Amino acid sequence: MALAEPRLAIATPRPREGLAEVIARQGTAFWIVAALLLVMPLIANPFWLVQILAYAMILGMIALSLMFLAGYGGIVSLIQMTVAAFAAYLVAIFGDSAITQISLKWPWWTAVPVAILLATLFGTLGGALSVRTEGIYTIMITLAIGSAFYYLTLQNYTIFNGFSGFNGVLPPVFLGVDWGSTVPFYYLALGCAALAYAVVVYVSRAPFGLALQGTRDNPRRMAALGFDVVAHRIAAYAFASVIAAFAGVLLVWYQRQVSPGTGGVGPVVDILIIAVVGGLSRPIGPFIGALVYVLLRTFALDLLEGVGFEGKRYQLLIGLGFLVIVLFSPDGLIGIWQRLRDRYRRGRETQAAQMRVGGGSP
Amino acid sequence: MSAVPSLERLSTASSGNALELRGVSRLFGALAALSDVTLSVRPGERRAVLGSNGAGKTTLFNCVTGDFSPSSGVIRFFGEDVTAFPPHERIRRGLRRTYQISSLFAGLTVIDNVYLACRGVSRNRFSLRRPSRDDTLQHAAESLVDAVHLTAVKDRLVGELAYGQQRQLEIALALSGAPRFILFDEPAAGLSPTERQDLVRILTSLPTHIGYIIIEHDMDVALRVVESVTMMHNGRIFKEGRPDEIESDPEVQELYLGGGHG
Repeated sequence: MALAEPRLAIATPRPREGLAEVIARQGTAFWIVAALLLVMPLIANPFWLVQILAYAMILGMIALSLMFLAGYGGIVSLIQMTVAAFAAYLVAIFGDSAITQISLKWPWWTAVPVAILLATLFGTLGGALSVRTEGIYTIMITLAIGSAFYYLTLQNYTIFNGFSGFNGVLPPVFLGVDWGSTVPFYYLALGCAALAYAVVVYVSRAPFGLALQGTRDNPRRMAALGFDVVAHRIAAYAFASVIAAFAGVLLVWYQRQVSPGTGGVGPVVDILIIAVVGGLSRPIGPFIGALVYVLLRTFALDLLEGVGFEGKRYQLLIGLGFLVIVLFSPDGLIGIWQRLRDRYRRGRETQAAQMRVGGGSP
Repeated sequence: MSAVPSLERLSTASSGNALELRGVSRLFGALAALSDVTLSVRPGERRAVLGSNGAGKTTLFNCVTGDFSPSSGVIRFFGEDVTAFPPHERIRRGLRRTYQISSLFAGLTVIDNVYLACRGVSRNRFSLRRPSRDDTLQHAAESLVDAVHLTAVKDRLVGELAYGQQRQLEIALALSGAPRFILFDEPAAGLSPTERQDLVRILTSLPTHIGYIIIEHDMDVALRVVESVTMMHNGRIFKEGRPDEIESDPEVQELYLGGGHG
């Protein structure tokens, strides 16, 4: 495979436990981040809340669906962005948009579930088509499906409204709250992202997730234990597609429009970059990757102009960052973080050991 | 389904064999790894398959488990024609195997390896819910780990285990669920003399209704744990008999001990 060998996602050994124990086990870093995210609307301005954080959480969810397939199943699928884009289109088609001659104006509570269901079906079918291939061939087939979808949306005007797509797709007003306004939308994205993260962590230790890791490590042995490896992989696609479809709904509400570019080859590759840069071995990786990506995209232009380069070259900065991270840490940013932490701990241990030796000598 | 397969099943079930191969051949290009192998093993019977390297022993196992499909011939498992079945369907019917080179999940713990094996032959393979502490499969996995003396290391990652422990874990995986017939592919390879004693004890103490075929180069292990022997040479069955008959057979001695035939 062209990608550097990432460290495989390993579900850390631990006994089965209740929710209270799970909560009690989380480290300080988890609680600091959780608290910070919850009170963020008090600290950050609307630009940071929505354009940076909410957008990063949406992209993080799509990348998370890729991380689930790649990290636990060893399946590098490039259709996750396409699944999200399809869900986004369906929300615009079944729900309301400025393109009144196409949109069916269903209420959001019908349009959204149908969109998620159909997008999941699409992702599962795509998975069924590509599941018998491995490595580079999976990448090729899923990329082909993504490209086909891109050109379909570009050229079809009766359903997808061609080049211009749909604009004026607004988040719903529900329970007296306008979910499109800054703070509610931030919490909506945060809630969905946290839920997706928790579900992936939970399922990685459930029989389904464990068996998926088994098919990654040794598919032939899994068959020799009674597992239907192909069916298991297709189910993994279905599971990942649900997450990507939810993210697609949030994406169309965030952008308030959807067009062929939403699912173009650029965004498809961006999701791969986000997942790899963040790290494929843990579910938190894609969210870290997404945050870095959004920050780079937003500020690289200013940064470059600040040091006297042409601002249009911001893609170059993203590319260089990607290259450096993949070169120095196959496990992405969380790999770097883990290594730094291990080194720090080892340093402290040797220091402590030296002190013990020093204190023990007469 | 038409009535034909079930009639066929009835007629062969009356023969009462656990495993039956009729005219099984397997070609790799021009090379016949197996040619026209016909073999039947009764339920509960324990048999050794002997032969030099390249005699077709492991290919025989791969055909029985479905890892390779035979180029021709029929394979029946407890009377049912399983020739066209994928491996997981045969495993769910009570067939098990171990691998010559340990084939485990290095990134998972010992208990998770065994738990997966138990889950593979039971329902809810796709369950999204984590098992509770008193889950029956969890208990089954724990007692299997105990049966192969690995309780002390059950939460360790398999990649960190010593070689002998990995071989023991191989056996635990094969014993999961309700095995009816097991294929052991060189279980003693690389084991120390003491570990071989343990292996012989584990094999001889298996419940009597579980039959097996064992491929083994170590005669001290192989001939002590079986009641019948099949000799293979160049992909063909060359001789069958009781362990003592085979041991004293001049032709076998020529082939197996005389060397030169590779």
